[in-house]
Amino acid sequence: MKTIRMLAMAAAIPALAAAAQADTKIGMITTLSGGGAGLGVDVRDGFMLAIEQDGRAGVEVVIEDDQRKPDAAVQIADRMIQSEKVDILTGIIWSNLAMAVVPAATAQDVFYLSPNAGPSALAGKRCHKNYFNVAWQNDNLHEAAGAYANEAGLTNSFILAPNYPAGKDALTGYKRMYGGDLAGEIYTKLGQTDYAAEIAQIRASGADSVYFFLPGGMGISFLKQYAGSGVDLPVVGPAFSFDQGILQAVGEAALGVKNTSQWNKDIDNPANAAFVAAFQDKYDRLPSLYASQGYDTANLILSALDKAEVSDQDAFRAALKAAEFASVRGDFKFGPNHHPVQDIYVREVIKEGDVFTNKIIATGLSDHADAYAGACKM
Amino acid sequence: MIPTRESFLNWAMIAALLIVPLAAWSLDEPFIITLATKAAILALAGVGLNIALGLGGLISLGHAAFFGIGGYAMGILAAHAQNYEPLFEWPFLFEGSNQMPLIWLVAIVCSACAALVIGALSLRTSGVYFIMITLAFGQMLYYFAISWSAYGGEDGLSIWVRNDFPGLNTLDPIQFFAIAYVILCLALFFAARLARAPFGLALAAARQNADRVEAVGLTPFTLRLTAFVISGAITGLAGALFADLNRFVSPTMLSWHTSGEIMIFVILGGVGRLYGPVVGAALYILLEHLLGGISDYWQIFLGVLLLLIVLFARGGLIGALAGREKAHG
Amino acid sequence: MTYILVLEQILNGLQLGVMLFLMAAGLTLVFGVMGLINLAHGALYMVGAFAAAAVAGWTGSFLLALMASLAAAAAAGALMELVVIRRLYRRDHLDQVLATFALILIFSEGTRWLFGSFPLFLDVPSYLSGPVSLPGGIEYPLYRLTIILIGLAIAVGLFLLIARTRIGIQIRAGEADREMIAALGVDISRLYTLVFALGAALAGLAGALVGAIQSVQVGMGEPVLILAFVVIVIGGIGSIKGALAGALLVGMTDTLGGVFLPRLFTLFMEPASAASAGASLASMLIYILMAAILLVRPSGLYGGST
Repeated sequence: MKTIRMLAMAAAIPALAAAAQADTKIGMITTLSGGGAGLGVDVRDGFMLAIEQDGRAGVEVVIEDDQRKPDAAVQIADRMIQSEKVDILTGIIWSNLAMAVVPAATAQDVFYLSPNAGPSALAGKRCHKNYFNVAWQNDNLHEAAGAYANEAGLTNSFILAPNYPAGKDALTGYKRMYGGDLAGEIYTKLGQTDYAAEIAQIRASGADSVYFFLPGGMGISFLKQYAGSGVDLPVVGPAFSFDQGILQAVGEAALGVKNTSQWNKDIDNPANAAFVAAFQDKYDRLPSLYASQGYDTANLILSALDKAEVSDQDAFRAALKAAEFASVRGDFKFGPNHHPVQDIYVREVIKEGDVFTNKIIATGLSDHADAYAGACKM
Repeated sequence: MIPTRESFLNWAMIAALLIVPLAAWSLDEPFIITLATKAAILALAGVGLNIALGLGGLISLGHAAFFGIGGYAMGILAAHAQNYEPLFEWPFLFEGSNQMPLIWLVAIVCSACAALVIGALSLRTSGVYFIMITLAFGQMLYYFAISWSAYGGEDGLSIWVRNDFPGLNTLDPIQFFAIAYVILCLALFFAARLARAPFGLALAAARQNADRVEAVGLTPFTLRLTAFVISGAITGLAGALFADLNRFVSPTMLSWHTSGEIMIFVILGGVGRLYGPVVGAALYILLEHLLGGISDYWQIFLGVLLLLIVLFARGGLIGALAGREKAHG
Repeated sequence: MTYILVLEQILNGLQLGVMLFLMAAGLTLVFGVMGLINLAHGALYMVGAFAAAAVAGWTGSFLLALMASLAAAAAAGALMELVVIRRLYRRDHLDQVLATFALILIFSEGTRWLFGSFPLFLDVPSYLSGPVSLPGGIEYPLYRLTIILIGLAIAVGLFLLIARTRIGIQIRAGEADREMIAALGVDISRLYTLVFALGAALAGLAGALVGAIQSVQVGMGEPVLILAFVVIVIGGIGSIKGALAGALLVGMTDTLGGVFLPRLFTLFMEPASAASAGASLASMLIYILMAAILLVRPSGLYGGST
């Protein structure tokens, strides 16, 4: 058996030489089918827009659908690393998939750039020199919401999130910055679609505001039902429930709601203006938060490639770390744990013509890092 | 024994499952080995289910419970061993383990105990009610795992490196495949012996005519419960291996989709056919792999193919190829 | 904790219950009359919601949207029955499970292919939005109240249909003895298609009604499908009366458990962990209920033998 293997290796050498011409191979694992596909499609479209605009030869992107299944994501990652020999992985939307893929990938000397998920473990104890997060640490937007609540003079919040780790992190993040009292704290079932019971509790609680983290369809359901309930306390949430993709499905119910985000289409810088226009032009819809993160991720990679080859890992890592690219968020830099240090804004949902969208009304937190950087020993 | 078409097919199948990864190994295509390993492990889960389903006639839609328990047994033991946080200190100090044999033992014992409790309660019902009550127990464990934050909740538990097996490098895909393949063969051998043993014959008789079995002094309930426990234990072992394959365990392993998939392997191959789960799991993974490349909407094609197989290939794939007779020969 | 909150939660439980009944009625009829386990029933719920969202988008009329949901789901159901389901009646449950699982894949991804990956918009019409004041000082959303009334009206209608009409007699006969009614000259295949389409239409209507206050998205039918199965198993498979009882029981248990268990836990735990532990137990509650009922009554509350 050994000899066969040697022969096969010998036969493979010309193939390797041919492969050397495509010098950078990027693997994108993201969710393109099933319920959460909207987010993956946006990340992919944003990412590919940047790659196409750049247009350089020698960058190849392989895209695979993880179906939002951790085991599928792990196997795709294994294949991309072992068979297709990618240099860089990216694309994962969900924290639990990232936790399954990232430690093993970085341990195999592949770079991983996260365009969306930022679980606390990867920012703290399990940080890695080859792992970069281009979006946010999971708590960030919630912390900004807590800070905004203080500023807006809210002193008695009712908070709710699904009963799973990201939900608990969300409420922990909010409470970390928020200084007032809690009128109530509820954990709902993951995937729950009816919030009548929770809304009744909010009504009875005497709260002065509501903070919720309910990603995807859960948030749509909550907002519609909340609007119909006649409870008119101000609502604050993270950007995920007010994103361009799902805002149209929430409709009027979202108007006026404040939400926190590190990006919006009205951030005034040339890179952002160009991105919004090009995205609309190419895909015929407004870009979302996720698209902006995909776009930034691709531009970060390209900026690092300008300075170093991926094969020279130390130089490439330093080039990534420097983050010298025109981010659509404006200023962008990495903290010591390779997570962004950035401004997080407060947005309000408005209606522009027939389309629901957001506009920035305040800055929630400036130059904000995350609470876990101290635990990261890199 | 006269070689029939089915036994020829069986040998061909089990040989193919060995040859494909070996060829992939010599061509340096490690991912194909990983796929074959996945097929072997899922086939093992199916072999477990088939003992309840094919032999005992017990349609369990809750086998994800045992699959997941096996997975969590691996995840919890390995996580404690890695983080140097003892699992418990009383009555003796136990720091977890990263040794596969011990992990497998724990996975088998835990899933067998769970199967004993779930089976003892569920077997009071029959027919559709049995399907649904096993589903209910599976969902209970699923929701429990999601909110069990000590072990990652819905995020799951990820393990840095694969656990050890004495004398082997388990991180090498082909060596890990060898472990899974040998266990699958042992399980197939065990299942074949079980079917021909007095216990297996009595169980099959209880499936066909419970009254008659009772008349000769055996209790169908005990027979079925025993089968259910054996079935759960094998599926639990598969769960531990599956978790080690991915170096990751999460509540997804406990969801009703997983139960459904394991059942699909068995039905695709042919219910009650010893090698049915092997054929079914291999085919399913092959389809998933090939169709995934066609379009984003590949699940439509998967659905259509599954539908055609149910409607026109009765008795599963082995049934279609080898004729209808000779189940569990 | 005020009594108003308790009353409001009971109404919420009732509303969830009647919606589950619309789903469960079709499921249990199809099982009772044809002996078929239909996992794809949730897909029909989704078809109803998408049809309603599309028609509401074009016409702006909620009433037309509801009719479209009925029509589209009934048509999808009839088509499903004619092409696939009728080949499965004589098969065992295993084949039915696999084939209808395949149908879920086809319908879900097909819908995504037609409508895209993003949730669709469907809203409560303005004349039904906002709260109303009920006696006792309860403020309750008008739309939810409407859902409760529609659901109860349909339940009554269904009982009358089965008890009083010719088709109802045939359905009951079909449940009792399938061979016999064929022998009596009833066009059995037409009856089956009709029953299937009726169940589908009810599921589609439920999808549209619920879609207006939740999100219309691919895969929305699956959680409801599991709940509906729990309902018909608790009630006894094949029994409409059982489906109603099971639906209300599940609706109440789920709603009240989710609200009161975390509060109960605060008696002996700190608030944050009580909220989390209570929520965990609450999400397992209906399955515990179902297991408990089956242990006492192995064929459900109103079930005969299967």
